[in-house]
Amino acid sequence: MRFFVILLISFLANFPMMASENLNGKIPDHKWSFEGFTGTFDRASLQRGYKVYREVCSGCHSMKLLYFRDLIDIGFSPEQIQAIASEYTVIDGPDDEGSMFERPAKPFDRFVGPFANEQEARFNNNGAYPPDLSVIAKARKNGADYLYHLLLGYTDPPGNFEVSEGMYYNKWVDGNQIAMAPPLDEGYVDYDDGTNNTLPQLAEDVVTFLKWSAEPELEDRKSLGIKVILFFIVLGFIVFLAKRRLWKDIN
Amino acid sequence: MEQSSKPKKYKNPFLNWIEFRLPIISYIEKEYGDYPMPKNANYFWSFGALASILLVVLIISGIFLAFHYTPHTDMAFDSVERIMRDVNYGWLLRYIHSNGASFFFIIVYIHILRGMYYGSYKYPRELNWLFGVFIYVLMMVTAFVGYTLPWGQMSYWAATVITNLFSAIPFFGEGIKTWILGDYTVGNATLNRFFALHYVFPFVILGVVGLHVAAVHVHGSNNPAGIEPKSKEDTVKFFPYMIVKDTLAFCVCGVVISLVIFFGPNLMAEVDNYIPADPMMTPAHIVPNWYLASFYAILRAIPDKLGGVALMFAALLILFFLPWLDRSKIRSCSYRPIYKWFMILFFINFFILSYVGLKPAEGLYLLIARIGLVYYFGFFLIITPFIHRIEKPDKLPASISDVFVGDKK
Repeated sequence: MRFFVILLISFLANFPMMASENLNGKIPDHKWSFEGFTGTFDRASLQRGYKVYREVCSGCHSMKLLYFRDLIDIGFSPEQIQAIASEYTVIDGPDDEGSMFERPAKPFDRFVGPFANEQEARFNNNGAYPPDLSVIAKARKNGADYLYHLLLGYTDPPGNFEVSEGMYYNKWVDGNQIAMAPPLDEGYVDYDDGTNNTLPQLAEDVVTFLKWSAEPELEDRKSLGIKVILFFIVLGFIVFLAKRRLWKDIN
Repeated sequence: MEQSSKPKKYKNPFLNWIEFRLPIISYIEKEYGDYPMPKNANYFWSFGALASILLVVLIISGIFLAFHYTPHTDMAFDSVERIMRDVNYGWLLRYIHSNGASFFFIIVYIHILRGMYYGSYKYPRELNWLFGVFIYVLMMVTAFVGYTLPWGQMSYWAATVITNLFSAIPFFGEGIKTWILGDYTVGNATLNRFFALHYVFPFVILGVVGLHVAAVHVHGSNNPAGIEPKSKEDTVKFFPYMIVKDTLAFCVCGVVISLVIFFGPNLMAEVDNYIPADPMMTPAHIVPNWYLASFYAILRAIPDKLGGVALMFAALLILFFLPWLDRSKIRSCSYRPIYKWFMILFFINFFILSYVGLKPAEGLYLLIARIGLVYYFGFFLIITPFIHRIEKPDKLPASISDVFVGDKK
């Protein structure tokens, strides 16, 4: 019996081993509002993060899995969403005469990306393809922590490090060279709510936004999870009492 | 014509009506009501029940996912994300399904190891073991084709690597590979057939599980002492004594699974699978799902492709022969002082193989994989068949009641 416990532990010990570390060492832990069993997204941070995405990231990166209507989740009103969407143009059609036409985007449209296709994106970015950011927080090891430190990780290369042409040194990216120019710096985006627009603040807000876009169900998931686990614990306790009572005679 | 046996009488006329036409009521009563379980069976005997419950959960969640999934290379990735975002509780369905598959393997591994440790595969339960290993093989195939469906980077490249193995077969290899893929490379034809197979196989598994359960009920369940019940005193009725233990195990398991589903749903997933499949870009290193990783480690431990493939399949096939490889009459390792430690080492070795299977095949990892490979086959081919010649087993208890009383003191 005892060894089965050891067995079980070695099973469980397997999980952390599977999350392998970054090649550049351990990524420091950042404190996020959405962490923990009851963590939720900070709505103000999400809205600021969306502003950072809209004014900076969206110059190169698409987010094609998102719809404008999704922004209702981060605290925008339907009127605000209408207004945001109408700043973009989408191609619709064909109309009654068979031709395609342009119209302002509506809340039911997807986020409009900066480039029509991968070729255009590469042509405009020195051959590099800026990845779609919709689920980027799930698509990188250490998700939000990695993205945050990546945005802050642009430093001067160590003396003997040769950076290729058109590439930038970054402490945290695999191979330490990234095609993305340092995207953010202090004061790049002006916040409407008067929050200090320092680099760490900009990075934290935009990563919070990216985490939400990757896992919009996070808050629902956690609140349902607590209920489900409580259900199993209560039911389990009742069954445990029943078991004790039943087996008393056998024992 | 005279009835060979009179149908049983129940108070409820509806049950009588059914029973007279199809004696299913008395069957359920016999197999799940009065079925005698050795009373010393510990909680490891609940993992079979847990696995069957989880199989049903996987099938049901899978059917609902299939309502919304599109098996096309251009749309599969987006349709999965649509399930996560726009389908009501779609995220729950998908996380139950993907994490459920991982837990299905964890539970089945514990179930298999329990069977090995307590010698449940020995006479008269050999056929049971064969059905069980067959289920395990079917599970691996199902999980592998299922892993392809989200059409992320790991889906695509794992499918490419694994199907490439078939090309190692002399003469027919390339032909077989093309026949499996439906194309020269993994593509839309592959995705379509993998989806079809992923829908069908779980029902095949369900059928074999039925045989597996029916077969174990013929001679009754094994128990930690590995001796047959001698009297009624040694057993308890399945209902309510075992079902209450199984329900308790189900609740504990429910808490553990829920913790992962709701609070770490991507812990057991590869991050690369959230990047859409791109045939032009190979990931830094391609890893299989963790539950297939031990066999992947064996495959890569051999520098020769054909040799690796042959050994990998041998490692799987050898499991079928375990009941005939083990020549000892003693079932439970609790009474086998030497073999017990080799058995425990086998379990540890299996985990180590899984672990190195997830790591790049180079340097120390490769060396560990090779040592693990040698022990894997050494265990089955040398230790298991011959250990009983030098091992002096401990004295078996006279009856189950003896050990059971002993447990409580």
